[in-house]
Amino acid sequence: MRDILPDVERWRARGERVAVATVVSVAGSAPRRPGAKLAVSEKGEISGSVSGGCVEPAVIETALQVIKDGKPQMLEFGISEEENFEQIGLACGGTIHVFVERLDW
Amino acid sequence: MSALYEELKQQLAQERGVALATLVRSSSGQGIGAKLLVFPNKSFHGSFGLPELEARVVEDAEQAIWIGEPGTRLYTLGEQTFEVFIEGFPPPPRLIIVGAGHIAIPLTTFARTLGYRVVVIDARAAFATRERFPHADELIVAWPDEVLARMDLNPSTAVAILTHDPKFDEPSLKVVLSRQVGYVGAIGSRKTSQERNERLKQQGLTDEQLSRIHAPIGLNIGAKTPEEMALAIMAEIVASRYGKDRTAILDWTRK
Repeated sequence: MRDILPDVERWRARGERVAVATVVSVAGSAPRRPGAKLAVSEKGEISGSVSGGCVEPAVIETALQVIKDGKPQMLEFGISEEENFEQIGLACGGTIHVFVERLDW
Repeated sequence: MSALYEELKQQLAQERGVALATLVRSSSGQGIGAKLLVFPNKSFHGSFGLPELEARVVEDAEQAIWIGEPGTRLYTLGEQTFEVFIEGFPPPPRLIIVGAGHIAIPLTTFARTLGYRVVVIDARAAFATRERFPHADELIVAWPDEVLARMDLNPSTAVAILTHDPKFDEPSLKVVLSRQVGYVGAIGSRKTSQERNERLKQQGLTDEQLSRIHAPIGLNIGAKTPEEMALAIMAEIVASRYGKDRTAILDWTRK
């Protein structure tokens, strides 16, 4: 949380709406632990990360949607290593859940 | 609409412990995204709309403040299930050193390097000087037990009692052991420690309280110089912060 705060504050000061994506669970090995966060501004700027970069594009897309409709979403990434490699390329074969919500609380 | 966020930000800025609980799944699909901001005294702001669920989450969240390991927990209320993501934000770790002697100087440096806020307390003005402790965050010349009694002592706080003088050490231990601190260690040989325990017991401290004192202080690394003793103490503080007891330290098979 602390790592994304300065950017989030900057965007909010400009009057932009913000979404925050949080790793809420991890099964197997995964690049980042629960609590890791990615913030996305209305204009698509980002801060922080929820993986080594492999699932970020999908999370950003969802975050922009969540900023518009305000409806939180739970995303799941990963399964087997082969599928990971072909589909989303999560670095080390784990499964992660990412909760995406608009910062309106 | 950003009341909880503003409050969270403020708690973090003021370096106070706090936990944030978010309802991320529910079997009914209701209430997703609802939040509780939980404070160290178990008061909270925000709502899940279900007092029974809130009460259970607040219990877990209060503990999470100090553990700082975020995770999702499952709750069942009758037929309904809820998943709540709880993340604790402990205040930065703090080391309080009682006794500004020769070990306290390198201990202050090590603790600062490891990200601790360091407070040094000594009633003897000649010891607790800025020249000797340029890196201490706070340097307090006063009776240690009186200062400790006024401080916010919490599970992020470690206390090293190093005066070697029962008239300072023992009243300080009595204050610290009446609170829930993360670590308390007191200097002295095994014999000194045992005698001190007996005196403290006569003054009304319980066996449970006395068992919380790390004494002789520090890991048994054969330390001889003040710097080595400071290293032994600091290593023990770190180990205790991560829940390692003395016997687990060399055993990689244990968590």
